[in-house]
Amino acid sequence: MELFWYIVLMTMLAIYVILDGYDFGAGIVHLFFAKTEKDKKAITNAIGPFWDANEVWLIASGGVLFFAFPTLYASSFSGFYLPLIMILWLLIFRAIGLELRGQVHNKMWELIWDKAFGISSLLLALFFGVALGNVVRGVNLGGVIDGVSTHEAHYFFLPLWNPTFSPQAEQLGILDWFTVLLGVVGVVALTIHGANWIIFKTNSDLNEKLKKVVFNLSIILLALVVISLLVWHVIEPKPFHNFLDKPWLWIFPVTTITGLFGLFKVKTFRKHGMGFLFSTLFLFGGLTTTVASIFPKVLPSTNNVNPDLTLYNVAAHEYGLSVGVYWFAIAAVLVAVYMVIQYTIFKGKMDDVGYGEH
Amino acid sequence: MEDMLFYDRMQFAFTITFHYLFPQLTMGLSLMIVYFKWKFLRTQEVNYNEAAKFWMKIFALNFAMGVVTGIPMEFQFGTNWAKFSELTGGIIGQTLAMEGMFSFFLESSFLGLFLFGEKLMGQKLHFLTGFFVFLGSWASGYLIIATHSWMQHPVGFEILENGKFVLNNFSALFSNPWLLPSYLHNQLASVITASFVVSSIGAFYLLNNKHNAFGKLFVKTGVIFGLISSVLVAFPTGDLVAKNVVKHQPVTFAAMEGIFETEEGGSEIVLIGQPDMENKKLDNKIAVPNILSFLTYQSWDAEIKGLNEFDEKNYPTNIPGLYYAYHIMVGLGTIFIALMALAVFQLWRKKLYESKWVLWCIMFMLPFPYIANTTGWYTAELGRQPWLVYNLLRTSEGASPTVSAGNTLFTLLGFIGLYLLLGMLFLMLAGKIINKGPLLEKH
Repeated sequence: MELFWYIVLMTMLAIYVILDGYDFGAGIVHLFFAKTEKDKKAITNAIGPFWDANEVWLIASGGVLFFAFPTLYASSFSGFYLPLIMILWLLIFRAIGLELRGQVHNKMWELIWDKAFGISSLLLALFFGVALGNVVRGVNLGGVIDGVSTHEAHYFFLPLWNPTFSPQAEQLGILDWFTVLLGVVGVVALTIHGANWIIFKTNSDLNEKLKKVVFNLSIILLALVVISLLVWHVIEPKPFHNFLDKPWLWIFPVTTITGLFGLFKVKTFRKHGMGFLFSTLFLFGGLTTTVASIFPKVLPSTNNVNPDLTLYNVAAHEYGLSVGVYWFAIAAVLVAVYMVIQYTIFKGKMDDVGYGEH
Repeated sequence: MEDMLFYDRMQFAFTITFHYLFPQLTMGLSLMIVYFKWKFLRTQEVNYNEAAKFWMKIFALNFAMGVVTGIPMEFQFGTNWAKFSELTGGIIGQTLAMEGMFSFFLESSFLGLFLFGEKLMGQKLHFLTGFFVFLGSWASGYLIIATHSWMQHPVGFEILENGKFVLNNFSALFSNPWLLPSYLHNQLASVITASFVVSSIGAFYLLNNKHNAFGKLFVKTGVIFGLISSVLVAFPTGDLVAKNVVKHQPVTFAAMEGIFETEEGGSEIVLIGQPDMENKKLDNKIAVPNILSFLTYQSWDAEIKGLNEFDEKNYPTNIPGLYYAYHIMVGLGTIFIALMALAVFQLWRKKLYESKWVLWCIMFMLPFPYIANTTGWYTAELGRQPWLVYNLLRTSEGASPTVSAGNTLFTLLGFIGLYLLLGMLFLMLAGKIINKGPLLEKH
């Protein structure tokens, strides 16, 4: 039962990253590559009717985490207190930037909300990469100092950074060179993803330029992925042991690599959705590979005093998990229906949807 | 430790109070928009369609505010109330996760379609998408009140040796006697906010002599919805909620009514007075004898337990706050019924649009349903204190153990600053939409 909910949760999170990921990416493209009013319009039209529903995946994943793994929810949300609240603030800024920009026709007003939207998108992409870095690196569970826990074994608190900026320090911070590296991977990957979405959903003049951007960033992404793999042993001496035990897991890294190499062919695709498909594969593969590498841990302990949090020691009680399957199955079907309706009605190019015009 | 708990509570109170300014309008307004759209389909009068589209703009703005201020609510269970989440997540996580899965997806998918899809879908489908938005927002309210009801009156659970609350009866969460009265009471209060806002904006147009056709439509629709909801919110729903409180939380009932001592021969109802906690009495009291006993038990001399009968350590933490919140809600509720009855009477005499002074009253009523809704929630929440789960888990046992007071104050200040900005932007944009008004399509 725990395993079922673990798969559900990871799938929902992956869907969230893929969907809201293109929103963030579009925001970053908006910040760096959209020069004219027409470019900007194309970008906001491409994500306008979707971003809100995409963000629901975050709320819904949070809900499933809360209900199926309450101990993990409690431990990680209080332990990662500061970055989570900051993510909330950024989500608010990003949303109001997007929603309010078109409400007043004034250059300064538009400039302010363009930047609010773009910069918060960029920081969110960075933070989500950093978050992934924190999870795989692990935390000082129980707040151990000199071999003695200062809290209950499954609680911790992380400051934003520590003076050494090192992922191997006893007292860790949210930001260290390893987590920031993954943050940068997040930014580059989501920028590619967002650009692909814009190419897919618009006939914008920007598209030719974006294809070059995707190609160039893919080279950088490949380099970053290689660097990450080379330094991974710093946080986990045996990153491959799960893959050696269960060879079928190789499907995840293979998906990642397929996605990454597919991106290099972006200039030759006839169908505009192909680039988006490959960046989706990359994101999905990247996430699943990372969580599979620490499975069944969900939050590793960096000390020898307190045990890792695994999906088995943080889950809710059996009855609640079982009864949840019934309503979840119904809800999942409904959600699928809504998505089909939504993406059918807004199929094709979005240039004329007139988002944000009042 | 006390500072930490104080800031945790302040942050939750502040963010939830601000957040609920928006859903209380959107839930009621979605019903009225569906009504306008339905009238358009029936009569083919374009004004109804324009009215629906105009209120949809206000709805969209409020909805966006509700979404962005709503995400922090779900996060804060974990960030600030980790111990509570750990102990009860298996239960309240059910209803909260269901809210995400059943209502948020429904609302957000169809809101996009409703806002941008009219040309793509045709009128009937457009009505249907509006209806689904309404359904989603009311389902969301239902699941939140189900969560709230479990905290007020826990059912369908057992407590394990490690202190964890585990669910053993899923359907009990939804047959909780606390749930239905509270849900209906809350939804009707939301319809009050929406109908008062609609009629207030209508009165604003009429008094300014602009958009007169819409002014009349808004005032008329608003006061009719307003009268029905104002009456129903008091009776039977408010009455049933109060009876739940008296039955399951008698100490809370005594505190909110300001009854310090049990009275022989029936309790009076306090209209005005200030609780003096040092001397355990009400100052400057105006009260009517025996009415409270009658309202509560339909018997003039029924005994109602005063605060003197309970252990002080189980007193609601802030008795004066609870007492004021409750009295403000009830007082405003009474005024709402009176004003709306008057307005509907004038409407029936076909004199409403000319009765300037009634229109002025209607216009200035705008903020008061928000105050009544907020104080109503304060009554429920302050009434539950000092418990998170009534009689079982104290608020002081639920806070996050590792988040220091300083960190919580930091984020509280951040939220205050950010929400101040949001509030100003909201007022500016809402003012802009209202000032521009609904327009007939150019033909």
